[in-house]
Amino acid sequence: MADIAAPSSIAGTGDSRSSLHKLMQRKSTVAFLMALPLILLITILVAYPAGYAVYLATLNKGMTRFVGFGNFTFLFGRDTFWLVVYQSCLFAITAVIFKALIGFVVAHFVHNIPSKGQRKWRGMLLVPWVIPPAMSTLAWLWLFDPSYSAINYLLQPLGIDRIPWTGEAGWARFSVILVNVWIGSPFFMIMYLAALKSVPEQLYEAAAIDGATWWQRIWYVTLPMMRNIIAITALFSLIVTFANFDIVRVLTAGGPLNSTHIFGTWAFRVGIEGGDIPLGASVSLFMVPILAVAAAFILRDITKRGSEV
Amino acid sequence: MAQVTLRKIIKKYDEVLAVRGIDLDIVDKEFIVLVGPSGCGKSTTLRMIAGLEEISGGDIAIGGHVVNDVPPKDRDIAMVFQNYALYPHMNVYENMSFGLKLKKTPKDEIDRRVKQAAQILDITELLDRKPKQLSGGQRQRVAMGRAIVRDPKVFLFDEPLSNLDAKLRVQMRTEIKKVHQKVRTTTVYVTHDQVEAMTLADRVVVMNAGLIEQVGTPNDLYHSPITKFVAGFIGSPAMNFIPCQLEQAAGALNIRLSDKLSFPVPADRTARYTSQVGKANLVLGLRPEHIAETRPHTEPNQHDFDMMIDVVEPMGMETLVYFTLAGAEICGRVNPNAGAVAMQSMKLRADLSNMHLIDDGTGKVL
Repeated sequence: MADIAAPSSIAGTGDSRSSLHKLMQRKSTVAFLMALPLILLITILVAYPAGYAVYLATLNKGMTRFVGFGNFTFLFGRDTFWLVVYQSCLFAITAVIFKALIGFVVAHFVHNIPSKGQRKWRGMLLVPWVIPPAMSTLAWLWLFDPSYSAINYLLQPLGIDRIPWTGEAGWARFSVILVNVWIGSPFFMIMYLAALKSVPEQLYEAAAIDGATWWQRIWYVTLPMMRNIIAITALFSLIVTFANFDIVRVLTAGGPLNSTHIFGTWAFRVGIEGGDIPLGASVSLFMVPILAVAAAFILRDITKRGSEV
Repeated sequence: MAQVTLRKIIKKYDEVLAVRGIDLDIVDKEFIVLVGPSGCGKSTTLRMIAGLEEISGGDIAIGGHVVNDVPPKDRDIAMVFQNYALYPHMNVYENMSFGLKLKKTPKDEIDRRVKQAAQILDITELLDRKPKQLSGGQRQRVAMGRAIVRDPKVFLFDEPLSNLDAKLRVQMRTEIKKVHQKVRTTTVYVTHDQVEAMTLADRVVVMNAGLIEQVGTPNDLYHSPITKFVAGFIGSPAMNFIPCQLEQAAGALNIRLSDKLSFPVPADRTARYTSQVGKANLVLGLRPEHIAETRPHTEPNQHDFDMMIDVVEPMGMETLVYFTLAGAEICGRVNPNAGAVAMQSMKLRADLSNMHLIDDGTGKVL
């Protein structure tokens, strides 16, 4: 009885201090405090700039007057804007599909390498992903050089004429996608490899006894078991690819004639280089609704199936 | 007809011999259990029959055809795995019908066979569920259903009950036996649990260190083991092994266990054991049930002796008593009402009519 009576007498002397003490003991408080550094970081680096971009997007070019949706209606009327929308989707979707395909195939090869040599191969295959993209894109820029580059030099003996890798709309789009695939595939490879390793070996044995061929094993066992990883990786990569800046900026700077501009690079061109910061902010904001829809679809599918597997 | 024949089967992993040349003839419709401690090669043998492991030497024949290089799907076998290996993204019906679907069996035929198997296993109401929504015992049934549906020549079970709790294990054991009585298919069953082996098998194959120690019916193995390993492995609590010597005194053959304790050899065994007189490394094998409390009436070959009891373990229907004799810990099974008390002397009775004399050097039962 004595030790129950004691705290109440202390509480009487210092009410505010004991309630603070109680607050500190609550689990939710501790959890909040532990998450606080991250919350601050996100507020400063994500929430504030995003809010500021929304604010900027409502101003006129001189940033002196509130224009509401004026910047957006202006954008809708411009052909270049719709070209950028088309190119961004083309760039992101094509690149993600190829990254996923190549990643899947390579992951299978690496998975089948005996574990002794596997580390070496994994390390080497990760190199494109580890090099800073601006640096490796610079190397690709030299490889693509129409007059002196290695690629055209190698193609010449095959009777193929010099290809204007970055100088002609179709080839330029091909080139930026190629470089993006080259840089991004290792990420898919490593994610799929992890997923492959987590598929129990006995499922394959059961499938082998059930009479599944190699292809049927992939179709009926591997792919269904990897579906969630495939979806999450694709979503993540879609966001990053959609918001890409460095590869396009270094390789083509959006050219020739805006034919490789995507949201990020065009926002930079309009906002920073063109001096119309509110319009640039409006362009960059267009990524949000498009990606939100994609994310909602894919994540809904995952939560739906997450409870089954 | 689906007899399974193994001839000089060898399995080598790098330089390690996991299976060292075994011969086994499994008769059509027989239930064979491979039993042994972990690492004895029993699972490897099963997986070689399934075709999941290549064989390094020898021949495997199923139904008279050598299947050494035949892939698993063409061997006409079905396997039940330890962790069931159900496809998590398919429901029970899809899991059971998957093999038939791959074989392009007509839909109504698949439906008929799945429903029939579901009925045998009493899982009809589970057909729409995903494996995650099932209990361990239900998953086990589904795994068996998947095997039954395919109507294979041979069933292979790889420790199918190890992941279940003790009570469910006993229940499923009976279930498996019932299923085998209904669906009489040649079955090879691997387990490390000798009770499972004894209760399920038509014949038990005891394996040790990559070799077959003994093949026989459960009763054969229990009453007439041919090696010390089998004698010790089969039966729980295990057989007692007591170091002993054989001595000839006044025309009679005696087993001497200690300075004070010796028993006469049963009359029907004297001729068999005479050559062992004076040899070292002899061990007396006596099952716990052959060491009991003393009774007023004495049968032939029963001998009373006094012992200081170390530990008493009441089991309900019987009480286990432990004592030390000739440096070995010995277990006896006495009546719960016999009044066994730890650290007190007790009058026990050894029944030598079921004794085994073992040469500890060769490990053979003499």
